[in-house]
Amino acid sequence: MTLKTITLTVNDMVETVDVPQNMTLLQMIREKLSLTGTKNGCSAGECGACTVLMNGEPVNSCMVLAAECEGANITTVEGLAKAGKLSTIQETIIKAGGVQCGFCTPGMLISATALLRRNPNPTDTEIRSAIVGNLCRCTGYVRIVDAIKMAAK
Amino acid sequence: MANAKSKEQVVSPIGASFTRNDVYEKVTGTAVYTDDFQFGNKLLFARAKRSPYPHALIKKIDTSKAEALPGVKVVVTGKDFPNRIGLYLQDKTIFATDRVRFIGEPVAAVAAISDEVAMKAVELIEVEYEELEAVFDAEFGASDKAPLIHPDLDKYICPNFIFPKAGTNIANHFKIRKGDVSSAWEKCAYIVERSFKVPHIQHVPIETHIAIAQMDEKGKVTVWASSQSPFAQRNLIAHALHISQSDLRVIAPLVGGGFGSKAGVTMEAIPVALATKCKGWPVKFVLTREEEFYTNFVRQGLTIHVKVGCDKEGNLLALKNMMYWDGGASTEYGTNVTRAGGYSSSGPYDIPNVETDSICVYTNHPIGGAYRGFGMSELHTGLDQAIDELAEKAGIDKVAFLKKNGVTEGDVLVTGMIMHKNGIQECIDNVAKSLKMGEKEKPSSPDRLRGKGIAIMWKAPAMPPNPGSSAWVEMAEDGNVTVGLGGQEIGQGTFTVMAQMAAAALGVPYEKVRIAGPVDTQYSPYEWQTVASRLTWSMGNAVVLAAKDARRQILETVAEAWKESTEDLDIINGVVVSYKSERETSLENIVIYGIPKENNEGWIGGPIVGRGSFMPKYVTNLDAETGQGPRAVVHYTVGCEGLDIEIDKNTGTIYVLKGAASFDVGKAINPALVKAQVEGGFAQGLSSAMFEEIKLVKGVMTNPSFVDYRIATAPDMDFPLDTPFVEVPQDDGPWGARGVGEHPMVPTIAALGNAIYDATGIRLTNPPYSAEKIYLAMLDKGLVK
Repeated sequence: MTLKTITLTVNDMVETVDVPQNMTLLQMIREKLSLTGTKNGCSAGECGACTVLMNGEPVNSCMVLAAECEGANITTVEGLAKAGKLSTIQETIIKAGGVQCGFCTPGMLISATALLRRNPNPTDTEIRSAIVGNLCRCTGYVRIVDAIKMAAK
Repeated sequence: MANAKSKEQVVSPIGASFTRNDVYEKVTGTAVYTDDFQFGNKLLFARAKRSPYPHALIKKIDTSKAEALPGVKVVVTGKDFPNRIGLYLQDKTIFATDRVRFIGEPVAAVAAISDEVAMKAVELIEVEYEELEAVFDAEFGASDKAPLIHPDLDKYICPNFIFPKAGTNIANHFKIRKGDVSSAWEKCAYIVERSFKVPHIQHVPIETHIAIAQMDEKGKVTVWASSQSPFAQRNLIAHALHISQSDLRVIAPLVGGGFGSKAGVTMEAIPVALATKCKGWPVKFVLTREEEFYTNFVRQGLTIHVKVGCDKEGNLLALKNMMYWDGGASTEYGTNVTRAGGYSSSGPYDIPNVETDSICVYTNHPIGGAYRGFGMSELHTGLDQAIDELAEKAGIDKVAFLKKNGVTEGDVLVTGMIMHKNGIQECIDNVAKSLKMGEKEKPSSPDRLRGKGIAIMWKAPAMPPNPGSSAWVEMAEDGNVTVGLGGQEIGQGTFTVMAQMAAAALGVPYEKVRIAGPVDTQYSPYEWQTVASRLTWSMGNAVVLAAKDARRQILETVAEAWKESTEDLDIINGVVVSYKSERETSLENIVIYGIPKENNEGWIGGPIVGRGSFMPKYVTNLDAETGQGPRAVVHYTVGCEGLDIEIDKNTGTIYVLKGAASFDVGKAINPALVKAQVEGGFAQGLSSAMFEEIKLVKGVMTNPSFVDYRIATAPDMDFPLDTPFVEVPQDDGPWGARGVGEHPMVPTIAALGNAIYDATGIRLTNPPYSAEKIYLAMLDKGLVK
């Protein structure tokens, strides 16, 4: 497999990475950059566990080829806290009790972050549709929605 | 007592909603799950060759082309691993040997330098099969017309409470004969007879199964696995490989969802088998989402025929249950699901005459295993809907009917066991009040129908009679406490609850307690399995004993040094105080180095290590013919759920207006975590009620993806959910606590079925109650045109 060298920004750090043509953004993040906070739940863009921000928009990183990320700006769950300070949604999901097994949490936090950036005061329905692609089997979404509401206040 | 607060001022860690002790890592992406370990360049990737047939003889396996492929390190087949294993009935091998019994069964596996090479190699393995007639229906499978799936059933080893019938496909036949059912029917004023078919469903943890195995040059094996059962896996895999349990080490990091699927042994033995053939190389095996759906443990399908009757006043008199469980190709674990379904087959109802036949049948479907609720959701789906219908037939208010017949302390249960104190009456009241049951309310539009449904449940921890728990408690120079335990954090919050219990039993603040993780069978104390909602109760007891043991050691050390009696001493907020002399000393001063004697005469004490071990010793076997015995189970957790719904007449879509769930948890050690469990369980129950079904066509799962197997999403849960809990203490539970992990998904299907009936007058019987099914039934009944 031929390698392609790409340069991109991940969590405010400029990275230059050699990636095989068929490597996904998810694989690159986890395997090349050792950022294992982003999870793989289906490799098919269906569960949302691998959601990251790409140029400010939430994407399923298992459905994006790394080779197409030249110049992109990527934020993963590891990039949400700044200088050791948790972001608002990280704080509120703890406070609301919206974490159980934690496997959907990174993707959920990214989708919530994207929502709150484009819509600081979302309605209940808007919150639920913003995370419709992030499957959670533990919580019934009750406290996750609470956390997003709390963060919006 | 300057530093230590007096006892009254100290807030107890019990009953307080502390923040989870694993949450910071989980929100920052630093929490470590199995796939997050790095193994370097030597890591090999495994793939399994799977059976394309539901039932066939293996005539020949040719692995030569796969072995010749560059990059392939090792190929294994069943001939090298003939040992049978199983948690209850030992009917399974790591790979199929002479025959395959379901589509997806592993027949061989490959380890290669990349996943791509492993996939290619699997394609190159050639297997010759001779197809056999297959069994796709449990009732047919139990008949003498069905072809045998396990002709060697008589040779399989199983414990003395499982009853396989050699020469048939019946892997377990559990019977209840309580009272005299046949003569009871004529005393019944009202009788309801119904059949239900509950489909197979899948657990769907967001993290699929994963295990990495490595064997060292001396033959010792280390396994890293996403696991609910590191100790059971150590035992079973060691047995399968003919190695010593002490030479197999299982390291089990945080689990990304389990729900029963990661209990016992499923795919974890495959990388171990490969690792034995390439010493020194770590071998990683991860299930794809598709494999997660169709090759792993499923919740068994159930066909249940219920007949239940009551007198004119609505007192239940008789119940007859005929249950056929679709156990799948192996019933090593499923046999005990059917046993649990049998000994709990009356549900939480006081019924003097009960006859149950709970039959576990081999079929050529995926293997049934533990699933949150362990048989109870399936059985309550039938029973609680039949009861709903009976109440209506008797002309009695449904809530009143449940309250009249709900189990109370002293009732002789279905197995002859005497019921303990429980809060089912309060649970029913809570739900009835929350949903204004009995009050007919108007739908929000003429296009909709409105209905309310209620159902009660019970569940006991289902396990062998003697599953053990153990724990240790150590302290560091800073006075902080570390608790060693072997139960797993699978999302339920057990590490937090155990820290709370250790803090309370020892006398230190919650924040000072840490849990020694990840669980590692080489260092962690033994725990049978993280299943059965048993940890809060069983592991909790072990942790409390360990903390009390540490506390005793501390107090004895201080008493000797101060020449006082331990009875005058206490540990409050991490400080040892004397009520007599009012002296005090912080734990950090003494828990490692002890206390110097006066006049430099030496030392007292030393490093503190508390130990605790707990095992229920009072559970008895039941009579094979009647299912009767003094004590079938350790205890029951009871509860009630209800739903207020609307149904769109144009589409059949269900809109939940409100849900309510109330369970008797004995004591809520952490109320927020209890509520979180109930919310999540309710959602999983509702998801199974509305959407979920493994669609099997001649043994093929036709919907193995999230697109075709839909689980509840955030918009599906857009309704208020009321979750008041009840606390009637368990006599042998820590602070009276008992488990509630599984229970919230048990009565949900029945509660929804009852609500649909209330709205439409239609009894749908076979879940899932999809919009399509509801619409067609309404069309059929002339409710819509």
